[in-house]
Amino acid sequence: MQALSIRGLTKTYRNGVQALRGVDLDVEQGDFFALLGPNGAGKTTLIGIITSLVNKTAGTASVFGYDLDRELERAKSCIGVVPQELNFNQFESPLTIVINQAGFYGIPRPVARARAEKYLRQLQLWDKRNGMARALSGGMKRRLMIARALMHEPRLLVLDEPTAGVDIEIRRSMWDFLNDINARGTTIILTTHYLEEAENLCRNIAIIDNGQIVERDRMSNLLRGLHTETFVLNLRVPVPAAPLVAGFPITLVDAQTIEVEVSKEQSLNGLFAQLAALGHEVQSMRNKVNRLEEVFMRLVEHKSAHG
Amino acid sequence: MAEAHATAPVPAPASAAPSLHATRWIGFATIVIREYSRIVRIWGQTLVPSAVTAILYFVIFGSLIGRRVGQMGGFDYMQYIAPGLIMMSVITNSYGNSVSSFFGAKFGNHVEELLVSPLPNWIIVAGYATGGLVRGMMVGGVVTIVSLIFARLPVQHLGLIVAAVLLTSLIFSLGGFINAVFAKNFDQVNWIPAFVLTPLTYFGGVFYSVAMLPPWARALSHVNPILHMVNAFRYGFLGVSDVSVAGAFAIMGALVVALFIAALQLMNRGVGIRD
Repeated sequence: MQALSIRGLTKTYRNGVQALRGVDLDVEQGDFFALLGPNGAGKTTLIGIITSLVNKTAGTASVFGYDLDRELERAKSCIGVVPQELNFNQFESPLTIVINQAGFYGIPRPVARARAEKYLRQLQLWDKRNGMARALSGGMKRRLMIARALMHEPRLLVLDEPTAGVDIEIRRSMWDFLNDINARGTTIILTTHYLEEAENLCRNIAIIDNGQIVERDRMSNLLRGLHTETFVLNLRVPVPAAPLVAGFPITLVDAQTIEVEVSKEQSLNGLFAQLAALGHEVQSMRNKVNRLEEVFMRLVEHKSAHG
Repeated sequence: MAEAHATAPVPAPASAAPSLHATRWIGFATIVIREYSRIVRIWGQTLVPSAVTAILYFVIFGSLIGRRVGQMGGFDYMQYIAPGLIMMSVITNSYGNSVSSFFGAKFGNHVEELLVSPLPNWIIVAGYATGGLVRGMMVGGVVTIVSLIFARLPVQHLGLIVAAVLLTSLIFSLGGFINAVFAKNFDQVNWIPAFVLTPLTYFGGVFYSVAMLPPWARALSHVNPILHMVNAFRYGFLGVSDVSVAGAFAIMGALVVALFIAALQLMNRGVGIRD
């Protein structure tokens, strides 16, 4: 079953900006789906339409088979949303915020109280439940929005940059939490600017640019399509110039750091063998950029270049 | 790590989703409880000022000036103005609650909590209108207690008193809600109360009988809906009115329906809340 099915979705704002240009998109039930795109590509507009915060201009969308035009209440009952911007009452307590949100989805108070404890504990907010929400740190506020979105146990969770501005430790704990929720059956759609996050979490991906889907594939297929990767190598002994290695373009970054472009047909063993033969010892190695970032940049730049 | 999740997860057992009817009712109750909690949390802003204002009116207009005014409509001046003062506080607070609460929700973006929820717009409008009603009744109750310190209030028609105060409160709750829908900044929240509500209230027969006015001013006063509300309410207590009581209730009923429909239309079109 499709958790989300979109056909011909178009949005033109009153100022004439065409944010979406006939988007078609399907997200399977149970998927952990990445929706990526540069700023202004249309991601937030798309999510806004799905969550009823933005009126569409044309097209259709359905959530678990419930059409947004004909069965809006049923469709919205299936969705939980964590928006990009903070949107809770900063003068209320986290406990009040999540219990009220459950009420808006028809969850009776006794059930809401039990769920509030469950999710606030899981997201390490239980100790802060009675203070004012505005006193929470940035990371806590993000986690509060996740707890709030889960209060009605939605079948589809939409996360619009949920880890923006969150430190790496909390971000990773949020990844574990989201993976766990997804493993228990909740479909997740994630937009993020941290491409490492999308690569680590998501099985399928769509890239949106200029209001259109420019790529839609499995994450693994997309990464396999990467023809070359750039590696950064640290050498034990400084070198005066970039070593000349047949078949591998190398540039010198500094005396002990070189960058090597390796195509997917080539073997790293060959590179290391040649470097060893030249007397260079490699101390450490890393990708210059995240692999998904490389694919993303190529797709977006390619489409921009071709209009 | 993405590969680690290549197998599709087992769907979670669907927890029993509440029926649409239950969702609407619980959602409505949640909005009202949230509004009530807000009123009580900031009681110094919501409940106290009207009581203080009422005391000042009773002391200045009732005790000091009222003695010289003498009787009005066959009652002591203090008794005559008491229903009007109660109604004035109900009007101001019902309007103020809806406009500040809904505009605050827009300004703080937490109106989105409601907009993404499955609650239909009519429940959201009804919830905020009831929130204004709750504050109107709470403040009206406080001002009534203050009134009883200064004046004896007979009750001629309890049913009419209750009906008039409920309808009036709903009218101004809905008016405040519509104001909040259109308002883009705090100035626009204050314009209507300052430049429309206050003059209409003061010219709405709170402090005097329109029978004292010249014919043209009396005729003009009848266009003011607050005159009808205040007089219907006063009739419930004192049994005297400057207007037709049946006509007053017809006007109030029509205004409730018209304002509810207008508020709902604005919400359905997404004015001020959705692009």
